[in-house]
This record gives sequence, C-alpha cells and structure tokens, in this order.
Amino acid sequence: MENDTSSAITGYEPLSSIDAVTQGLASVGYISTRQISTAIYLAHHLRKPVLIEGPAGVGKTDLAASMARFLDLPLVRMQCYEGLDEGKALYEWKYGKQLLYTQLLKEKLGEVMEGADTLSASYEKLGGFEDLFFSEDFLEPRPLLKAMRQDTGSVLLIDEIDKSDEAFEAFLLEVLSDYQVTVPEIGTISAKVPPIVVLTSNNVRELGDALKRRCLHLHIGFPEAERERAIVAARVPEVDADLLKQLVDFVQSLRGEDIRKQPSISETVDWARTLVLMHAEALGEDMVRDTLNVLLKHESDIEAVEAKIGKLVRDSSQGKRAQG
Amino acid sequence: MSARTLSDFIRALRASDVRVSTGEAIDAAGAMKLVGFDDRTLLRDTLSIVLAKSPEEKETHDHLFDLFFKRESAHSQSTEREEDGSAAPPSDEMDLQGLSESGDEAAIAMALERAAEEVGLGDIRFSTQTSYYAQQMLKAMGGDGLQKNLVEQLQAHTPEGDEAAKALMQARADMLARSREHVERNFDVFGAGATEQFRDDYLSDKALDQVTRQDMKRMRALIARIAKKLATKHSRKRRKRNVGVLDVRRTLRANAGFDGVPFDVAWKQKTKDRPKIMAICDVSGSVSQYVRFLLMLLYAFQEVIPDISSFAFSGRLEDVSHELETHDFEQAMDRIVKTIGMSSTDYGQSWSDLKTQHFNLIDRRTTLIIIGDGRSNYGDGRLDIFREATKRAKRTIWLSPEQKPLWGTGDSLLPRYQPYCDVMTHVSTVRDLERAVDDVLAAYA
Repeated sequence: MENDTSSAITGYEPLSSIDAVTQGLASVGYISTRQISTAIYLAHHLRKPVLIEGPAGVGKTDLAASMARFLDLPLVRMQCYEGLDEGKALYEWKYGKQLLYTQLLKEKLGEVMEGADTLSASYEKLGGFEDLFFSEDFLEPRPLLKAMRQDTGSVLLIDEIDKSDEAFEAFLLEVLSDYQVTVPEIGTISAKVPPIVVLTSNNVRELGDALKRRCLHLHIGFPEAERERAIVAARVPEVDADLLKQLVDFVQSLRGEDIRKQPSISETVDWARTLVLMHAEALGEDMVRDTLNVLLKHESDIEAVEAKIGKLVRDSSQGKRAQG
Repeated sequence: MSARTLSDFIRALRASDVRVSTGEAIDAAGAMKLVGFDDRTLLRDTLSIVLAKSPEEKETHDHLFDLFFKRESAHSQSTEREEDGSAAPPSDEMDLQGLSESGDEAAIAMALERAAEEVGLGDIRFSTQTSYYAQQMLKAMGGDGLQKNLVEQLQAHTPEGDEAAKALMQARADMLARSREHVERNFDVFGAGATEQFRDDYLSDKALDQVTRQDMKRMRALIARIAKKLATKHSRKRRKRNVGVLDVRRTLRANAGFDGVPFDVAWKQKTKDRPKIMAICDVSGSVSQYVRFLLMLLYAFQEVIPDISSFAFSGRLEDVSHELETHDFEQAMDRIVKTIGMSSTDYGQSWSDLKTQHFNLIDRRTTLIIIGDGRSNYGDGRLDIFREATKRAKRTIWLSPEQKPLWGTGDSLLPRYQPYCDVMTHVSTVRDLERAVDDVLAAYA
C-alpha cells in the first residue's frame, strides 16, 4: 500500500501500531481502550473516516482533539446543526473582495477595452477577468476545504453529524469517500494529504446507510470502573486514591439505577473536582446529597436517587474496606 | 482464516440481518491483512468496527463471531490434516465404523466438513430441517455401506455377528449424533436469521387476538421496530418541507454592506409543524384480547415520538404517559389494566373527563387517535363532546379492532362517531397497524 510513502512526509508516523496509538493518546491524557485504538489505527491505514456513537459525555469529541494534540496536527472542527449548508461547511466566495475589485475594474474599464471595436472582441477581453474573479484567491475556505488544504495532514472533526439535515449528509459523501471537494467554478480540489476524519453522533436521528457504509463504526459506551478511575485520575490528579475509588464505585452503581439520564464520564470528572474543592476525604451521605446536582441533570432523577443515597454510599465504601 | 472463510462469515452476518455491502467486505479483507489472524479478540474488534454499524449490529456480530469461530476451529483442524497428506479415504468408501472407533477428532471433523459440503448444509433455513440434514450427512459419509454391513451381520445369526452388529450400531449412533451437532452449529450461524425473518413475516399477518403467549416477546420487538421505522421515516419528511420563499427583509438587511446588491440571499423558513399526538385507548373488558397490542403500540410510540400524550379508559379516563415512560412494558401494562381496565366501558364519562381535565392539550396541531370498539353498554355516547374535541384537533383517527360489518351492531356506537372522524378503520394485524399509523403521521407532511 502507499501508506509507507505517505506517512514519510506527513504527521501520521506515530500510528504504526495499535499499542503506539494507545500510548500516544495516554501521553496527552486520553485513556484509550483497545477498541478505540484499533479504530484509530484502522482509520489511518484503511483511509476511512471513523463514525463514533455513544451517549453524551463519554469522550467522543475529546478523542479527536487528543488525536490532534498527540500527532501535533491542526484540528479542524465543524460543528453541525440544523440548516448547516455548504456555504458554511465547504467554501464561500469573498463577495466583498470581489465587489471591491469590480469597482476598481470599472474605473479601468476604458483602458482595458481599448482597441476592442466589436462586441465579440470586448467579450473576449472581459472573459479573462471572469477566471480571475473565480479563482482560489477569492475563495474563503470553510472547515472542510481547510482540512483538505493542510500540507501536513490534519484531524477533521465533524461533530454531531446527526444534528445536520439529510441533504448535508449526502453532500459529505464525496468528502468522506474520496477526500476531495468540488467547487463548480474551479473544479475538483483533492486533499494534499488525506485528513483523519472523525464523525460523532448522539443518535438524535438515524444516519443514512450510505454514510455508515463509508465509515468505520466505533461505539464508545460508559467505561468500566478501572478505566473510569484512570480517566478521573488523569483529569483531576489532586483526588485522593480512596476517595477516587469510592466516587467511581458510586457513579458506577448509579448507572444501574432506573433513571432518565445516566451520569457520564464528564459528570464524574466534574463531581471529582467538586469534591476536591470541598476538601472531602471520604464519601459522606450529606456531601453526596449536596452535590448530587453535579451528577444528575433531571429533577425527577435527583428525587428518585435521593432516597437511596444512604445505601449507595454504604455500598461503595464497603467495597473500599473489602479491597483495601 | 482465508478469503473463503471471511466471505462465509459475511454471508452469515447477512443472514442475521446485518447489512454488509461489497465495499465493506473489501475493507474487512484489508483490515484483516493489517491486524493478522493470531489474536482472536483483536480480530473480533476489528471486524466489528468495519462491518457492524450500530450497537444492535455489534451485538449480533460478536455473538456470531464466537459461534462461527467455534465451528471454524474444527474446520481448520480438518484442513490441516488434509495438507499433511494423511487424509482419510474419500467419503464413498469411508469406513464409518473405523472412523468412529478411532476417536481421531481431526479426521472426524474433516469427514463431517466434507459431508456437509456435499449435502449443501449452508442452505439450511429452519431448525426443523436438522434431522434431514443429519441423515443426509451420515449417508454422505458412507452410512449406506454401514447399513448393509449391519444387515449382513445380523442375518448371519452367529454370536460374533451379533457382537459386530452391536458395534456397528454403536458407531452409527455416534456418527449420527456428531452430524446432528454439526448441523445445529451450522444452523445457528447460517439459518437462524432466515427463520427469524420468516416468523416476523408470519406474525405480521396473524390476527392480533390469535397470537399465542409464546409469540408475545417477538411481537413486542416487531412493534417496537415498526414504531421506530415510522418515526424515522416521518421525521425526515417534516424537515424536507422546510424550504420557503425569499425573505426580502432579511435579505436587504444582510446585504446592506454590499450596497444592497443581494449576494447573501435569505430564505423564509416554514415553521415546523411538529406532530402532537394524543392517543386514547380503550382498555375495557370488551377489547381485552386486543388491549395488550394496543398498549404495546402506545408504549412503542411513547419511546419514539417526542410529543405524545397517552390516555387509557374504560369507565374513566386516565393519563398513562407517565406509566408508559417510567416502567418497562409488562409492569406498565399490569398497572394500567389493574387501575383502569376491567370496569365496564363508558365512552360518555370518558369524553367528559377529557373535556374537564385535558381539553387544553388538544389544539390545531394535535392528531387524536382513538383506539377502541365503540361499545358503550348502551350508555350515552356524548357525541356533543366528541364532536367538539374533533373540531379542536387537526385530525381524528379511529382504529377499531372490530370488522366493519360488526360496526353498529348491538351497543356499538361506531357509525355515530364516524362522521366526525377523518379516518375510521379496522385494524386486526400488525401490518394493518403499521399502515394505519403510517397514514396518521403522513398527514403532518
């Protein structure tokens, strides 16, 4: 494959093995799993975009950001929303600049037209300017085009693709399968070095089959206790080891409860920060009750859990005694 | 693992309803070349990333992967032997007894694989075909020869002959059992998906009151899938219609900087007509065989449609949205039937409950779905309130589990309600339900 030649000139070298990916991500503070690393490794070597699905706050977006930091490549981020169109995603003409140049041209029109007696002759002379106006100089690159034009390669993050319209999804297909974009007035622009493309989705709507077919698919779920501890420890290094274990156990058992929105990693991290700020040394019932709103974002969930706090706290501190 | 094995695996995936395109199959081959075959877990993760594109598909994939490679390892044992050159004789002269008694697992596995290929085991579709295929495999491995030998030994009427016959019978039983096991393993991989599909199709057309208890779980999954499909389909349509005409004011404002030359054109947006559905379900004794399905449908919709409020009534009308949202189906169903159902039907009382407590929920965006047989025990149907409700709502759909000829017989009030409904239709199978609800949602486009 041509990977060997392309990685020689780009910033993708560190992606030589799955373990290298895991270590690289760890070096920038992202605790990966084997599956995540495998997906990134495959994405690079098969030259395929990765579609990441999973609940909110499990580190989908952060994975792309960490990739960019670890490979030392620019991160080009495109946030999707309803009504996003190619003018905002791909390119736009610099209308103001074009207008300004038109005005300049107007003044010089006499000079330009000198010697053109017939209509066809003047048309030919003017024709040259049209090409000038619709050239890359007047092109305002938006995220997709920007990612294609990076010399070293880049990490292109298309965030929350499920929020965009169907039509936009179809528009993305060219970018995702061939790493090229078409500007009608200029032609097709191919990526200098194909970017690593990461798409994220929260499953607001079902994505089309055509898009899914072109992507590798990675599902990131809630982490296991061990990985969650590692993540919290990496993000909130101040937290005491005993407290860390208790709070992660607490969150883990909270996810088993019958609630509407389960707390995810970002909430665990926030909670750990909160507890550190409050100088907590161990998980106490009152402490949990006061800070529960950091973990749970629905009134009904808080109500449902409040009654069980005592039991949950006892369970997680018992686990500590048994293991400690 | 060879290219052949991969394509077999992909065939198995497709049989289990995981869509795999040719492009993805090529990607899978490329990915396999990259990661190698030695590490099973890595290979599983890799194929799952490349081939399965949703959490459900991933689950199917992982399950199938394990099944498939249990089978595969037996297969590779046999091919290794074949390459060694120590292969057993071809099947027609195979000594079945010797094979069974030798206890040589690899040789047996190879014989089984070969026989399976001969009888076309990959085409198995139903679990009931297991015995047939097992018998065919035994035959392909030389079962007839053994049978003949057995008869000869028995006819000899000597002690040695009897002894030999016993051994032969033992061998035959052993090989048949092995064939069966082999067929079952293959069925899990290749056939199970097709059977599921067949049973779903069958259930879709079965009259709702004749569905047996064993099929309930499948029915629920089926209805949930339909609800999801419909919700996806119609959420798309709503967005498509969102194209408008030129918004002059916004265009002028946006282009003031360009001397009023409209470079940046703004379009008028059509305000989205989000569907609001109010479903009212009869759970009284007269529709008791249907209640389960009607509630199943309500439950499925509660999960996929954002703006739905569900009510149930027999004597009085109660809001059941909360029950359906917070409990799993069986629990919700029990609670609803216990608290609301089983008293005698009173449409009049329910309509007046609707008027006094929930009328503010009905507005010109609401579609009213009423599910019931319209049998009100000769009570006052309160047509006046019903008419008022339908006037407030955008559309009114009545789904009746009774056949049309029965409308109006006995205490049925359906023909009197009918003029106020946009649609009144008979629903007796899941397919009917799907069609009716599809119509309801299409009205929003």
